[in-house]
Amino acid sequence: MKCEELLAMLNEYVDGTVDPSVCMEYEKHMAGCDPCKVVVDNIRKTIVLYKEGKPYELPLTFRNRLHETLRQKWPKSGPGS
Amino acid sequence: MSNDIKNASCRDVSDGELVQRSQGGELAAFEELAFRHEEKVYSLAMRMLRHEQDAEDVTQQSFLNAMENLQNFRGDSSFSTWICRIAIHGALKLIRKRKSRSMVSLDEAAGEEGDHGTIPHPEYIADWRESPEVLVHRNEIQKLLEDALSGLDEKHRMVFLLRDVEGFSVKETAELLGLTETNVKVRLLRARLQLREVLTRTLGDPDTRVVRHHKHAR
Repeated sequence: MKCEELLAMLNEYVDGTVDPSVCMEYEKHMAGCDPCKVVVDNIRKTIVLYKEGKPYELPLTFRNRLHETLRQKWPKSGPGS
Repeated sequence: MSNDIKNASCRDVSDGELVQRSQGGELAAFEELAFRHEEKVYSLAMRMLRHEQDAEDVTQQSFLNAMENLQNFRGDSSFSTWICRIAIHGALKLIRKRKSRSMVSLDEAAGEEGDHGTIPHPEYIADWRESPEVLVHRNEIQKLLEDALSGLDEKHRMVFLLRDVEGFSVKETAELLGLTETNVKVRLLRARLQLREVLTRTLGDPDTRVVRHHKHAR
């Protein structure tokens, strides 16, 4: 397997959807190729960082307005009525 | 019962029970659901729209839509997934409206510039100095993440957000965005590589930098 081939299948490998036989080849390549190993590791960490991040705080004035609206719009006889 | 007492009685219960109680007409239960999920919905809308007022509008409309359709929610997915789906549809609708004003389609499908051809090669390759679990708590890192995300084309950003951040499958992402699965995969790869490149230039340890030698490939 060449670096370019590994790059082309990066999604499948990172997502764990790659065919087991290809997976073995992938890992064999990475064992001897530091750049590819580091790129795969960087990408995994990139995804974790975005998934776990809490990028924006809800503005307090908006939170108050939102709940005020929900209370106003809440149907007297329950939702969907 | 006062609102405070009602709210307190909602705090330790699951989302599933809060949904049931909301369906039974308990406003405090629905408000607790909103408290739990409003920031996530707002963040998602901000990441998609890059505009505070639009993100607020989409967030509010999402909870109002959820309120209206609460009786149809059967719990096949979590409340969190359901409300995020509503927000995604709302944000995409707004984006399409913006696009139609500028006469460009969001669904630039197969054949569009940049979706095919060679994949950009990683250039700056180095181990990160710290783990994502440590990095995630730093304010300056959140800014770095959002700046890097803003640097992506909208078409790549959407796919990355839905697939990697929200956890939708390739198939679901394709359906939500009106794309083919192949397009989703190509865009995802480009998005991941671009974000990796930008983040690693800041977070990578220069002492561990490695250089790719193409000729050694086996």
